[in-house]
Amino acid sequence: MKKIKINLTINGKKITLKVNPQERLIDTLRDRLKLTGTKEGCSIGECGACTVILNGKAVASCLVFTAQIDGSKILTVEGLEVGGKLDPLQQAFLDHHAVQCGFCTPGMLMSAKALLLKNPHPTREEIKTALEGNLCRCTGYEQIIEAIESVTKD
Amino acid sequence: MVYDKVNKPIRRIDGYEKVTGKAKFAADLFFPNLLYGKVLRSKYPHAQIIKINLDKALAYPGVKAIITAKDIPNNKIGVIIQDQQVLAQDEVFFIGDGIAVVAANTLETASKAINLIEVEYKELPGIFDPEEAARKDSFLIHSDRQNNQVIHHRLRKGDTEKGFQDAEIILEREYSTPFVEHAYLEPEVVVAVPYEQNSLVTIYGSIQNPFACRNAVASALKVSLNKVRVIQNHLGGSFGGKDEVISSMSVRAAVLALKTGQPVKLINNREESILESYKRHPYKMKYKIGATREGKLVAMEIKCLADSGAYACQTPFVTWRSVVQATGPYELPHVKTDTYGYFTNNIYTGAMRGYGSPQIIFANESLMDELAQELKMNPLELRLKNIYHNNSITASGQKLDNHTVSLEEVINRAIKESDYINKYQEYNKIQSGDKKKGIGMAISFRGCSLGAEATDAAGAIVAVQRDGSVLISTGLAENGMGLKTVFSQIVAEELGIELNRINYMEVDTSVSPESGSTVASRSTILGGNAVKLAAQQVKDKILAMIAAKYNLRKENLYLKNEGIYEKFNPQKIISYEEMIEVANKEGIFLSAYGWYKAPDIFWDEEAGQGNPYFTYVYGCQVAEVEVDTATGQIEILKITAAHEVGKSINPACLKGQIYGGVIMGLGYGIMEEVETYQGYIRNTNFDEYLIPTIKDKPDLVAIIVENPDPYGPYGAKSIGEPSLELTAAAIANAVAQATGKRIRNLPLNLERVLLGHALSREVNHDV
Ligand code: FES
Ligand code: FES
Repeated sequence: MKKIKINLTINGKKITLKVNPQERLIDTLRDRLKLTGTKEGCSIGECGACTVILNGKAVASCLVFTAQIDGSKILTVEGLEVGGKLDPLQQAFLDHHAVQCGFCTPGMLMSAKALLLKNPHPTREEIKTALEGNLCRCTGYEQIIEAIESVTKD
Repeated sequence: MVYDKVNKPIRRIDGYEKVTGKAKFAADLFFPNLLYGKVLRSKYPHAQIIKINLDKALAYPGVKAIITAKDIPNNKIGVIIQDQQVLAQDEVFFIGDGIAVVAANTLETASKAINLIEVEYKELPGIFDPEEAARKDSFLIHSDRQNNQVIHHRLRKGDTEKGFQDAEIILEREYSTPFVEHAYLEPEVVVAVPYEQNSLVTIYGSIQNPFACRNAVASALKVSLNKVRVIQNHLGGSFGGKDEVISSMSVRAAVLALKTGQPVKLINNREESILESYKRHPYKMKYKIGATREGKLVAMEIKCLADSGAYACQTPFVTWRSVVQATGPYELPHVKTDTYGYFTNNIYTGAMRGYGSPQIIFANESLMDELAQELKMNPLELRLKNIYHNNSITASGQKLDNHTVSLEEVINRAIKESDYINKYQEYNKIQSGDKKKGIGMAISFRGCSLGAEATDAAGAIVAVQRDGSVLISTGLAENGMGLKTVFSQIVAEELGIELNRINYMEVDTSVSPESGSTVASRSTILGGNAVKLAAQQVKDKILAMIAAKYNLRKENLYLKNEGIYEKFNPQKIISYEEMIEVANKEGIFLSAYGWYKAPDIFWDEEAGQGNPYFTYVYGCQVAEVEVDTATGQIEILKITAAHEVGKSINPACLKGQIYGGVIMGLGYGIMEEVETYQGYIRNTNFDEYLIPTIKDKPDLVAIIVENPDPYGPYGAKSIGEPSLELTAAAIANAVAQATGKRIRNLPLNLERVLLGHALSREVNHDV
């Protein structure tokens, strides 16, 4: 199979890769770059565990082919903490007990982050809409909403 | 009693690694020379295997090894009954049975190779209904058994025949519940590493019960327990689900790892997970209840049939909890309950949060509302006339005299918060338009921990290091509920230290004390006691040492705020760190092993009577719904959940358990069903198996009621399962009020609400 040369900026770092046309972004991140914070829960775009921010928008990385996003900027959960300082959303998830098993957490954080990049003061309904594609089987979502609202209310 | 560290909403100690993506789940583990495994599963729900030809698959480049049942020294596993095939030997009993496993350089190669395996089957007729399995003329699913019955439990109290004669009103109703998927967000993963350290094989994985997994692997390999090491750390949800299925995967991976001499990673994708992993038991339940006109219950006769699927798995214990709790928390002079489990060729069923209670609660709490309606009585009033109080005698003959029976208190709190009484009256009036509102309640009592099912004990190690930092190790595993945090709070409380001094070790079966399984909402009450006992021993050593050194009376000393104090003297005697130096110098060993065994209980299987659990928790949930009677759409507006927990060690974690349980219960109530047709499974991913999303979340109110239990650490009991078991029943009652139609089958989906029955769906054979 012919490999395709790709340039990406991942969490602020420029990298060049050679990928198969079939390689999914989630595999590039997890298997190749060992950025395993991004999780795989369904592989069909239904659970949101694999959510990353691609050029400012939340996407399911299991549905994206790496070969098709040459030149893109990607932010993963590993890129949220900067210089030893947690992103306010990460801190809020800790403070509000929005984490149980933690498997949905990276995806939740990325969807929430993408929302706040566009809309720093969303309503509760807007938060719910932004996170609709992120399943969580543990928390019942209550404390996740509380956490996000604590960041957006002030 | 005012505490420093317990009874506080302290942040999760494992939160940082989870919000930064640093937490390593099993799929995130990589090893040098790692191979990937892929399982070939059955094509039919029931078939004979005539021949397996591996030649083509073995010749495929990159394939390192393939195993079948022949390669497994002891192919049958099971915690209660060893009847589960690791890989199908001569016959497949359900659609998820594995036949062969390939190990290859890449997952892609392994996936291609399984398609090259040629299996010749002879398809056999199957039994897909437990009622059919129960018939005398049915064929035997497992030919080594007398019949298809997995288990029969009985409970007998008084004389129901006489009871029904005395009754002024008798109702008979039938209810049913479906197969349900755990839907933990992390699909199952194990990695087996051969010859690591001094172990024959080490298993890493998303493992709910590391010791059960070790037992399975050792017994399947026919080696001693100390040759197998199981390490569990972060687990992406389990809810009872990552037990036998993981044991089976671990054996497969271990055999391949030993065969190839390389680490083998076995990952289920979501489809494989839903096809292979056991489900919540579907129940068919017949209830007969007799009462007086005034609403006093006199007799109940209950028969429950559970579909065990292809294997026994946890059916014997699941149906036992049902037999104990099937009447609900009501005083009754005459009770006759029988619960049965039957083998079928459906997917097998096992432990899932609730464990035999959500089914019977849906039935008995629906029935209470139906009875109230017949008696023209308010459902609340009917319940209050019959509920357990202190010193009540349960159906199994147990006197509830060793803890506070908090039923009335949880009911009152939930009723008040939800404004049940006013709303019930309001919604009983004729409502105009298509959208109708309803409010419903459900209550329960639940035995804590394992009960007379099994020996119930847990251990913990608390080890103070040279610098004063502390390691905790127990055999109970963090499944996401906050166990590490709760146990650390207990140690911090006892030793008067800050939480940042404490590190909770991953469960490692070669180091951690075997503590039974992290099931039955038992970790706080059992493990918490063990941790507390260990910490108290350490504390005792510290106080003895300081008393001797300063010539003080030990009983006057206490640990607090990182120091040691004497009663009535605000001056610190010595700081925690100085104390550690003293201990180091004097060579005092500041570590201890705590072991807690649950109080004695008993169960007489013949008489169907006993004291099955040493204590109980109580809960009441109220659901408010709006049903669009034109479309059948149910909207859940609000759920109020009041739970008595003894004492809350961490109220924030506890609320998280309540919210999560309620939402899972909501899914059980109105959306979730693994659709099977002749043993095939139709919905194998989240596009068709729908679980509640954030949009389905109604207003949630969690109410924690505390009545410390004499047996719990600081009085704490359980919450994980009680929070889930009531929701579907409360919703069913609310929907019945809104629509005037009683639905006796879960889930209460669109078709049932609108048409009164579910539409049957065609199932593809090649799902
Ligand atoms: S793994 Fe991508 S959405 Fe589920
Ligand atoms: S915390 Fe477990 S899935 Fe969300």
